[in-house]
Amino acid sequence: MSTNSQKYRNSFLKEVEANVEEGEWVKMCMQCGVCAGSCPLGKHWDHPPQEIFMMIRAGKREEVLSSDSMWMCTSCYNCIARCPRGLPITHIMHGLAVYSKRLGLMPDNQPTAEFGQIFWDNLMKKGRVNELKMGLSMYFKDGFSQGIKNAMANQKLGQNMMKAKRMNAMEIMGGHGVNSPGDLAKIIKKAQEIEDGNIQDFS
Amino acid sequence: MTEVIATNETILVVGGGISGMTAALEAAETGKKVVLVEKRPYVGGRVTQLYKYFPKLCHPTCGLEINQRRAKMNPNLTIITMAEVTDIKGEAGNYTATVKIAPRYINDNCTGCGNCGKAVEAEFDDEYNYGMGKRKGAYLPHRMAMPQQYVIDPAIIGSDDAQKAKDACKVNAVDLDMQEETIEFNAGAVVWATGWQPYDANKIQPYGYDRFENVITSVEFERLADPTGPTGGKILRPSDGKEVKNVAFIQCAGSRDKNHLLHCSRICCMASLKQCTYPADDVDISVYYIDIRAIDRFEDFYQKVKAQDNVKFIKSKVASIVKGEDDSPVLHGVDTEGYNRYANQHDLVVLAVGMEPSVDKESFPVDIVINEEGFIEPASENGGIFAAGCSSDALDVNRAVQHATGAALRAVQVINRVAGTEG
Ligand SMILES: Cc1cc2nc3c(=O)[nH]c(=O)nc-3n(C[C@H](O)[C@H](O)[C@H](O)COP(=O)(O)OP(=O)(O)OC[C@H]3O[C@@H](n4cnc5c(N)ncnc54)[C@H](O)[C@@H]3O)c2cc1C
Ligand code: SF4
Ligand code: SF4
Repeated sequence: MSTNSQKYRNSFLKEVEANVEEGEWVKMCMQCGVCAGSCPLGKHWDHPPQEIFMMIRAGKREEVLSSDSMWMCTSCYNCIARCPRGLPITHIMHGLAVYSKRLGLMPDNQPTAEFGQIFWDNLMKKGRVNELKMGLSMYFKDGFSQGIKNAMANQKLGQNMMKAKRMNAMEIMGGHGVNSPGDLAKIIKKAQEIEDGNIQDFS
Repeated sequence: MTEVIATNETILVVGGGISGMTAALEAAETGKKVVLVEKRPYVGGRVTQLYKYFPKLCHPTCGLEINQRRAKMNPNLTIITMAEVTDIKGEAGNYTATVKIAPRYINDNCTGCGNCGKAVEAEFDDEYNYGMGKRKGAYLPHRMAMPQQYVIDPAIIGSDDAQKAKDACKVNAVDLDMQEETIEFNAGAVVWATGWQPYDANKIQPYGYDRFENVITSVEFERLADPTGPTGGKILRPSDGKEVKNVAFIQCAGSRDKNHLLHCSRICCMASLKQCTYPADDVDISVYYIDIRAIDRFEDFYQKVKAQDNVKFIKSKVASIVKGEDDSPVLHGVDTEGYNRYANQHDLVVLAVGMEPSVDKESFPVDIVINEEGFIEPASENGGIFAAGCSSDALDVNRAVQHATGAALRAVQVINRVAGTEG
């Protein structure tokens, strides 16, 4: 770690390289703008990927990690397909989102983050996702009356999913799961320990 | 039958562009025997298709004319056109080359009078103008072509048109029975100068070159601006023939991109800056770029174009093009100076396409060291084979010519060694 270029890397860039999935790619961005212009949701982002990469290199830690932007990524992979430098942009966006959540810096009431948490909690109960409960948790996340409205609006979708056997009304009773959810919990715990151990402290 | 007198003291030059011509002339003027093999029906290569040269904005025809005079005056130089090297065997000082010569159906009697061209009716896409415009089935490839001899398109052989061409010729130059020939001869050293080709713009899917008529390439733009080109030098839109009032250049179209060519093609920034001087003052010009690479003294040229009132530089690699009103392309992207999202409509879009080697990596007729991008490396394993010009890298004319002169010297050294041992 004594290369010359090291001198020019600010501590936030180093932090991203160390702690964010695929973060070591950030320095490779040549600021061409193709990812920013190729993102179908781009105009809803505060900062397109190109700008996020520049902000990381400019050391704007708080602004990046508390930004809404990387939570807007829908994994369409348009940017990855087009980036002339081959940056795994989608993965970096998710890496940044995960890291900001770990540090508790993500914006409040971020819907993608809330969805992620609900999905995770649902999955961890039995080792398989319970679609019915998943849907209901999403509908009711903003309170009872909003939940009823959401459920009514999506009634048709729910019925179609049942027809296609993608969802089962009986799941409300508990639903299916993996054989040994306890073992799964152990595996996940171990994985989390390993992950925690790899995180370097930059605070 | 084409006769070539060659020994292992002869230098074979493959490709007669500005680089091959330079190498051949430099070597021939030192007194060496040189055989130049060119695939097209004429020498000069791609510079014959340029309207002007950066940085001086002079016409390529001027330099070509000097080279053609030098070639005509030099008895050491033999030029074979419409010919390709299909095989090279041997080692430095002792090569045997196999060359396939396509029939021109016109012999050396041709005075370039053009009677055959007038008599023939069939028309074909004009390759000299990159398919914009037509040429006859009997044609002079371009006004300055050397040799000044017509060519008969093989597609009309056996038709009435071919007979009409023969009947029209007063000097008995049309020979419809000409056949393809394969000849073999010796050479002591080889200069490989097969040059470049524009990167296939169809592969850059988001830019829609294959879908939108008003998206063209930089090499086509040279032809549009040239008074001898398909529009007589007027910059007109391919879709409706209207005069272009607003043109955009997209830099790095296919270059510096892991999905296309990895390398920077080096000349395209300067080519677009030069092309900014082609339209009239009242035409709005936008240049979309990642960074402008006007190296060395070219910086002055860049500054001059920057000072032009009608030229605007937008720091952004365009993400995609969609068709707007009136077939006008609309460019979408985000600029790097402020991260502003834009959707800009232009009358015409010019893709500054990259340069790739004209010979495919797999199809060199001889074992030679080629780099990742397909250019020839200066490796000792290449023996007596030396790359010249754009077969070695993306180069402008000035650098290609310097490189070719170096290659000629290396070839001459090999021949001198052969001559020394044969004493
Ligand atoms: C849009 C554009 C504008 C440009 N403008 C300028 C400019 O203003 N100034 C400048 O300095 N440079 C300019 N350039 C660069 C210039 O075109 C090149 O530097 C020049 O053409 C290099 O010459 P060359 O002889 O190496 O290659 P080429 O011109 O490609 O010549 C190679 C020759 O080899 C022949 N050949 C190919 N394969 C075979 C084969 N298998 N057997 C036999 N013969 C073969 C070809 O037919 C051709 O005649 C421009 C380039 C582009 C794309
Ligand atoms: S497309 Fe790639 S190189 Fe271009 S700005 Fe985005 S991440 Fe950077
Ligand atoms: S010369 Fe300019 S346009 Fe061409 S590849 Fe290099 S940077 Fe891009």
